[in-house]
Amino acid sequence: MLVPLEWLADYVDFSVVDNPRVLAAELAGIGLEEEDFIAPEVTGPLVVGRVLELEKETHSNGKTVNWCQVDVGEDEPRGIICGAHNFEAGDLIAAALPGAVLPGGFAISARKTYGHISDGMICSSKELGLGEDHEGIIVLTRLGLTGEPGDDALELLGLDRVTLDVNVTPDRGYQLSMRGIAREFAMLKGQDFNDPADQPAPEPTDDGYPVELADDAPIHGVPGCDRFTALQVTGIDPSAQTPYWMQRRLTEAGMRPISLSVDVTNYVMLELGQPLHAYDRDALGEKIIVRRAKAGEKLTTLDDVTRTLDAEDLLITDEGGVAGESRIIGLAGVMGGAELEVGPETRNILIEAAHFDPISIARTARRHRLPSEAARRFERGVDPALGPVAAKRCADLLVELGGGILEPAVTIAGDAPQARTVRLAADLPNRRLGTEDSRADIVRLLGAVGCQVTDPEAEVLEVTVPTWRADLTDDVDLVEEIARAGGYDRIPSVLPVAPGGKGLNAAQAARRRISNLLTALGYSEVLTYPFTSDARSDALRIPEGDARRANIRLANPMAEDQPLMRTHLLATLVDAAARNLGRGFKDLAIFEAGLVTQPETTELSAVESYAPGYHPSEDELEAIFASVPAQPYHFAGIMAGYAEAPGVLGAGRKADAADVIDTVHRIAASCGLELTVTADQIAPYHPGRCARFDFADGTHFGHAGELHPKVCETLDLPARTVAFEVSLDALLTQSDTRAWAGVLSTYPVSRQDVALLVDESTPASAVADALREEAGSELENVEIFDLYAGDQVPEGKKSLAFRLTFRAPDRTMTADEASALREAATAVAAERFGAEVRS
Amino acid sequence: MSAPVDPRDESAVAAAVEAALTAFDAASNLDELKTARLAHMGDKAPLALANRKIGTLDKSEKAAAGKLVGQSRGQVKKAHDARLAALEEQRDAEVLVAEAIDVTLPSARRRGGARHPLQLIQERIADHFIGHGWEVAEGPEVESEWLNFDSLNFGPDHPARQMQDTFFVEPAEAGLVLRTHTSPVQSRSLLERGAPLYVVCPGKTFRTDELDATHTPVFHQVEGIAIDKNLTMAHLKGTLDEFARAMFGPESRTRLRPSFFPFTEPSAEMDFWFPNKVGGPGWIEWGGCGMVHPNVLRSAGIDPDVYQGFAFGMGIERTLMLQEGINDMHDMVEGDLRFSARFGVNA
Repeated sequence: MLVPLEWLADYVDFSVVDNPRVLAAELAGIGLEEEDFIAPEVTGPLVVGRVLELEKETHSNGKTVNWCQVDVGEDEPRGIICGAHNFEAGDLIAAALPGAVLPGGFAISARKTYGHISDGMICSSKELGLGEDHEGIIVLTRLGLTGEPGDDALELLGLDRVTLDVNVTPDRGYQLSMRGIAREFAMLKGQDFNDPADQPAPEPTDDGYPVELADDAPIHGVPGCDRFTALQVTGIDPSAQTPYWMQRRLTEAGMRPISLSVDVTNYVMLELGQPLHAYDRDALGEKIIVRRAKAGEKLTTLDDVTRTLDAEDLLITDEGGVAGESRIIGLAGVMGGAELEVGPETRNILIEAAHFDPISIARTARRHRLPSEAARRFERGVDPALGPVAAKRCADLLVELGGGILEPAVTIAGDAPQARTVRLAADLPNRRLGTEDSRADIVRLLGAVGCQVTDPEAEVLEVTVPTWRADLTDDVDLVEEIARAGGYDRIPSVLPVAPGGKGLNAAQAARRRISNLLTALGYSEVLTYPFTSDARSDALRIPEGDARRANIRLANPMAEDQPLMRTHLLATLVDAAARNLGRGFKDLAIFEAGLVTQPETTELSAVESYAPGYHPSEDELEAIFASVPAQPYHFAGIMAGYAEAPGVLGAGRKADAADVIDTVHRIAASCGLELTVTADQIAPYHPGRCARFDFADGTHFGHAGELHPKVCETLDLPARTVAFEVSLDALLTQSDTRAWAGVLSTYPVSRQDVALLVDESTPASAVADALREEAGSELENVEIFDLYAGDQVPEGKKSLAFRLTFRAPDRTMTADEASALREAATAVAAERFGAEVRS
Repeated sequence: MSAPVDPRDESAVAAAVEAALTAFDAASNLDELKTARLAHMGDKAPLALANRKIGTLDKSEKAAAGKLVGQSRGQVKKAHDARLAALEEQRDAEVLVAEAIDVTLPSARRRGGARHPLQLIQERIADHFIGHGWEVAEGPEVESEWLNFDSLNFGPDHPARQMQDTFFVEPAEAGLVLRTHTSPVQSRSLLERGAPLYVVCPGKTFRTDELDATHTPVFHQVEGIAIDKNLTMAHLKGTLDEFARAMFGPESRTRLRPSFFPFTEPSAEMDFWFPNKVGGPGWIEWGGCGMVHPNVLRSAGIDPDVYQGFAFGMGIERTLMLQEGINDMHDMVEGDLRFSARFGVNA
């Protein structure tokens, strides 16, 4: 909220903190955080000047300018050129003299123009940052201002002031006014408070304008309007203008001056915190009725938008007389209707100062996207006691400034608010804050925020809270007030001792291990936004019906073309690859670790909602947890270009599928796991260069391989880019199989080599597995050391050379023993794959 | 070939020894030494011939001559071996010099990888709290509205719920959002682990802010929650002070200012004292904190009259920006390899 300090100083003495920066820090200390510090934008000399002579000169460019002699309180007048024509000789104006700096860093100097030396500038409102008025320069008398030539115009125009923008937290609606902030400051700092609302409230009369509160559908049982004050001011002079001081304060507080009646209602709202509405009295019917809308009713609001109303919207309506049966004249507490808008001709006004249910107002403002100043205050809680005084203050100002008459008829519908009490266990503040306040301290600190304690010696204190503090409902709310009033700085600092934890869990440890492994393998970690699209699935050639197309959809995505949550990391990781390649990286290896969203169904069903503080039953909790889609943790990586760079060390080597397949094996190995590899055909991979990985129990781990050439082409990736993606969740279902064999045999090994001719399509790993079956327990290792396909073998065949390493635990194996085992192993491969021994 | 030496002639034997030593010294490489060895230690060398002559001598002369020649041959052998060792060492040194390579040439056949600093800092924060006996808890990013809001005392009509710039999942009745803070992990932890509870929850969070120099729609937070009997706001302060010192040096400390969050009461903004701030030490806004609201405990089925505690949360991007002097959020979120590279490997 914008707080002009000059205005605030009407109600509280700031002489103790004459530095606005210190004041800002003091306000932050009581919870009003500084958002912005708006210092004066104009620096002098800006003085009052009187135009002595004015000579019109028409120049060759067709423009007529005024060559003015201006008395600025010096011995001689200054000559100033001015292009505006809304003034004449004798007028008092604001002159910026050489050395002055105007908003935007515009420095004033004497300069030659239109054949004269112009020794300063006659300023307009816009040039001084006072408003968007385009009607020419400022004539001070027309603003109701006066002065002598040479007087400081900065002060006169209120350009020397500081405005603070402070953040009022949503629980503290009572601070959304000058009065609210001044009172808070005065109370917490122990200073005097000059309350602008401290005046007698009007009493209702029998002849008050008829107002009926007729809410037949309260939300949560709370009536939409519980109090409605109406006063009438008649005979306002339509030519009366809002005085400059009020316009200036409104502008500083961020509101645009419009007309006297509107400005006064806004001014009183900013001053006291009570939103007010002014109706054209002559256009009103005979009676105001506050009621809920009927679904489908329509209203054109002040912003000239016609809105279809919801049955929950609270309305101000009138009936009888000019209104006829029933007419809607406003969305209660949010925005008035256009029909009864007060205009420049309005002479007779009805002032509304009501108290509305915060929830009702909040819902209506949200439903119609109307975050008005009034709604902002009502939904955060307006003091229900304030209406009559605020209406009177508004009426008094209209009488004073507009020459109107306050009609004696007073309407106050609804009852005055009852005092509320909150129970507070006397020991709770210290137990919660770690402080050692005495009872006297607690009572004093509560008093500092306007709370009264009836019996300070009671075990449980009965605390009466002020009407403006709708936010104080629970004992802990009072504890916060005690902490705030006493200052957070006095709370001691004590390090608690936790009972001792178990360190990282298996998933957390595995994530770090794998991330660091990938980094050591040359991959760099990147983080991408998880937002994607069907178009991306198309680009990755993922077919319709594939589970990876079952995306969660966002109702309000950042970008309309990326409304989906990714189901796999490669969907977004390819962007990081393309971006880096686009920025000049020719070779890269990147990885991402993170969650993907894999709903079982995209037909999400409705869930129950429960109020704050309600502990759902086991079944209800289960339903809540079940409503959240599965989000497994994945690792994915992409390599493009050279895996080993060419250069002085050699010719280098391009990344290929083996690199990423090896990466996946190493990930599993780092967790003590082995994988089964099979060839697979799945997008986005090359159908002949894709490996599928499974654990021994059949749990699927992921894929690796070369990306499909079309995928690379579509996504601007280099040809032969390779990638992998695996699921950490799948890995965590497996137990580490690493085990100690019991004994390390020290007997020598016996190695047997055999080359086998098999069909080209036979996977090497399958042949190796076959060999293992009958090679006996002495087999230590099977290694494929050569692969050959070409002239020396028949068409459609390949030669795989295996080295079998045998070692016995208890003896040196003979060559005969080893070759017998080799032959037994070979026989299995021969039977299963028709493998022939190549001699 | 010199004249045979008489093994009884001390001066002749000495001369032969002298000749051998001179020859060895003169050898400048192993080949020359080999030639000298054959000349002075070979079968036909003067001392070898003298030795052979001893057998022909009179018995009375044998002992003295044998001793003289034996000692002399020993002296020659020792001198040779010493010279041999020296020359071998000299040769080895020459070979190593010849084999020298330019160690300043590029050496990386494979590129180096790097962790993302946002991940590293989350690990570092987790490690700090693990060191104090806390554990690390996690939760999903697509989260139930009940856990993200209601269980944290944000009612459906609470103004703060509207201020969170929430991403909603379609359809609205599904009650799912992208979590706007890591705080739902508080509720999950309370529900799953119960009290006492000391956990930190690092993770990704989402708000509908456009990406600019200081905002990103996807960012990271670390949340902490401690629930036990007798925990007070003083313990919150102590925990934050200790954490600030771990992150920003022994000079650092924290300051609390009144604020508002639905899930804490009292609530506070926390600032920390940053000794290395650009332009001089000063207070920096870090995040929010407070004493956990009784409704949060009630929602999780924990009796707020028995247990109470505190919670805090801070933005990781902001922490990293301050620590590293990073000015633009784009650098952190775009995945540019040049950004991560300098943070290197954490293994």
